[in-house]
Amino acid sequence: MTAGRRSLAISRALLWPALIVAILLTQIPLVATLYYSFQEWNLLRPGQRGFVGFDNYAKVLSNGSFLSSLGNTVLVTGSAVVGATLLGLLFAVLLDRKFVGQSVARTLMITPFLVMPAAAALIWKWSILDFTYGMANWGLSLVGLPPVAWNTELPAATVIMVLIWQYTPFAMLILLAGLQSQPREVLEAAGVDGAGPFRTFTWITLPHLRQYVEITVLLATILLLQVFDPVAIMTNGTGGSKTLSYLLYERAFIGLEVGEAAAYGVMTVIVTIIVAMVALRTLFKVFSEEGLMNR
Amino acid sequence: MTLRTRMRRATVPAVLAAGALVVAGCSGAGGGGGTSDGGDGPVELTLATVNNPQMKDMEELKGEFEEAHPDITVNFVQMEENDLRDAVTKDIATGGGQYDIVTIGSYEVPIWAQNEWLTDLTEPLTSDAEYDVDDLFAPVKDVVSVDDSLYAVPFYGESSMLMYNKEILDEAGITLSDHPTWDEVADAAREVNSDDVTGICLRGKPGWGELFAPLTTVVQTFGGTWFDADWNAHVDDPEFNEAVQFYVDLVKDAGPADPVSTGFTECLNTMTQGKAAMWVDATVAAGMLEDPEASEVAGKMGYAHAPVKETEESGWLWSWNLAVPETTQNKDAAIEFVKWATSKEYHQLVGEELGWTRVPPGARQSTYEIPEYVEAAESFAPITQDIMLSVNPTQPGLYEQSWTGIQYVTIPEFQDLGNQVSQDLSDVFAGRSELGPVLERGQQLAQEAGDAQ
Repeated sequence: MTAGRRSLAISRALLWPALIVAILLTQIPLVATLYYSFQEWNLLRPGQRGFVGFDNYAKVLSNGSFLSSLGNTVLVTGSAVVGATLLGLLFAVLLDRKFVGQSVARTLMITPFLVMPAAAALIWKWSILDFTYGMANWGLSLVGLPPVAWNTELPAATVIMVLIWQYTPFAMLILLAGLQSQPREVLEAAGVDGAGPFRTFTWITLPHLRQYVEITVLLATILLLQVFDPVAIMTNGTGGSKTLSYLLYERAFIGLEVGEAAAYGVMTVIVTIIVAMVALRTLFKVFSEEGLMNR
Repeated sequence: MTLRTRMRRATVPAVLAAGALVVAGCSGAGGGGGTSDGGDGPVELTLATVNNPQMKDMEELKGEFEEAHPDITVNFVQMEENDLRDAVTKDIATGGGQYDIVTIGSYEVPIWAQNEWLTDLTEPLTSDAEYDVDDLFAPVKDVVSVDDSLYAVPFYGESSMLMYNKEILDEAGITLSDHPTWDEVADAAREVNSDDVTGICLRGKPGWGELFAPLTTVVQTFGGTWFDADWNAHVDDPEFNEAVQFYVDLVKDAGPADPVSTGFTECLNTMTQGKAAMWVDATVAAGMLEDPEASEVAGKMGYAHAPVKETEESGWLWSWNLAVPETTQNKDAAIEFVKWATSKEYHQLVGEELGWTRVPPGARQSTYEIPEYVEAAESFAPITQDIMLSVNPTQPGLYEQSWTGIQYVTIPEFQDLGNQVSQDLSDVFAGRSELGPVLERGQQLAQEAGDAQ
């Protein structure tokens, strides 16, 4: 055995303890969930607990809530991610120039992301979207539009709005980092060659930002898939705002159906893995060979 | 790079994302609190309770109990209602034994008693003549009893009633009797409704304990029911449909503008600011409406029995109760504390130490004979007492029931059922769907729940 291979073996051995801990911590809950998903177990009916095979999965697939929740999740997460990324790009471009009060503006722009999700949802519910006293309806009245009963009429849009507000700073930060890593000489060269600001942006800046946008979309999607607080606090899962995580919460904590909730959880994992694999392999350059070579 | 490693690279974030989702779904309430040691010697009791003002008063006064019982200390764990329900259910269902005393709602008591999770308190309470168990309001005692055994003691209780702003109704020349009908109330609401004033505040927030608390009482007084005595569901019956249609129409014509956001707290706000003419909700709200520091309408309110149609009464019945889980190691000490906190002396103590309006209402009849209390709560205490004595939890509607309870059905599946149907009803409030199909689906869900009984 050569010295190189031996040191490789030692490095690997040193890695094992951490890896084992990581595997245990992440996989034990999954295994427990799998186990519960084959049980009939309503917390309030302790006498009727038992193994039921795939019954819970049959229930999940036969009643419509799983598919409709999946659709809601895609819609809510998708719109919020796209909205936050576009707005984040806009603000990043605006902040990527010198002006008086730049650092103050940057700090203020980041604040929504620092507010706890539950607190943010409460602020939106009471001071912005309240029918009588909310700022949103006050704003509408200024331009002569009738007030909107946000949570009743547009529950899904309400949740999406809050999420966009909260995740725009997140997207902005990553994209701003991307903008600032642009080599200045390339931009100057473009200017010398006669490209205007618009062409410089579309032909040089945007391709440069591609990987940053991908990272933003990926991380925001992961974070937003778990969205729960605004749904629970503002809309209670009504009218297209019932996302998968809220559905899981409902099955487990309102229905108290541990087995069924676990089956929903497992189905969610399966669907997410399939979707994520397809998305990562087809859409994202960051994880492809080419993307790695470019680093 | 080979295809395999590429696959693996792609799978890692995917699994992470999926795992995060599962964790998000599973996290929720966390319990808390100390443990208690069994055996002799000093005893430490852990009491899990909902964070209502009356419970905070109890915590403030627990020193008196500890002074009288030097070997017992009581630790309070306060939680929001839903968190409490999750934490306590999980603790008891899995035999955790973390809590010695729990406050539970009247909906849970019969279900938990049938699971043999609660200590039978009949003997310790009835054997003590001084405690005077017959002084507890009979309807409230009924809802916490199973086969004539008491499994919990009411700490405070409430029914529902019509509360109205006399100024607004007088201006419109409307007078209401003490026993109004829903038709009268609806007409009055539509008449006084304007851009500035909501005709009648009614809950529309989804949830079995939010929307379906008032709505079930409406269904019952219209002659409908969730289940008959043989557990056949009756959700798509014409009476159920008529009642819900009536409620939805009333909310659309003269109710809160954003019904899906509106629950007890939201209505209380609107009402205390004088922005609503009428409100049908919990009797405990009266105490808050009459508080001059928090309410602009104190002294301007009138109270009446909950509106009816086919029945004599349609108030609901709810109580927060103290119960002793079977899993506790300190049963005797726990029962001792439960007795103290629901005794006549405790009511005196609250009145003298904290003020008479803060005495827990709706638990003991003798409270309504304390002169200081009657004086402090004169505008609403007599009618509250009257309503608490006249509601009938064994048969609130026209149907015979095989459960005891008014605005809920004491089966484990009801929370889920009420929650799902009320979510679908938000679509009806918003005009996104018709009532018919919603109730048809409700009927299906209800029949599934009925079949499980």
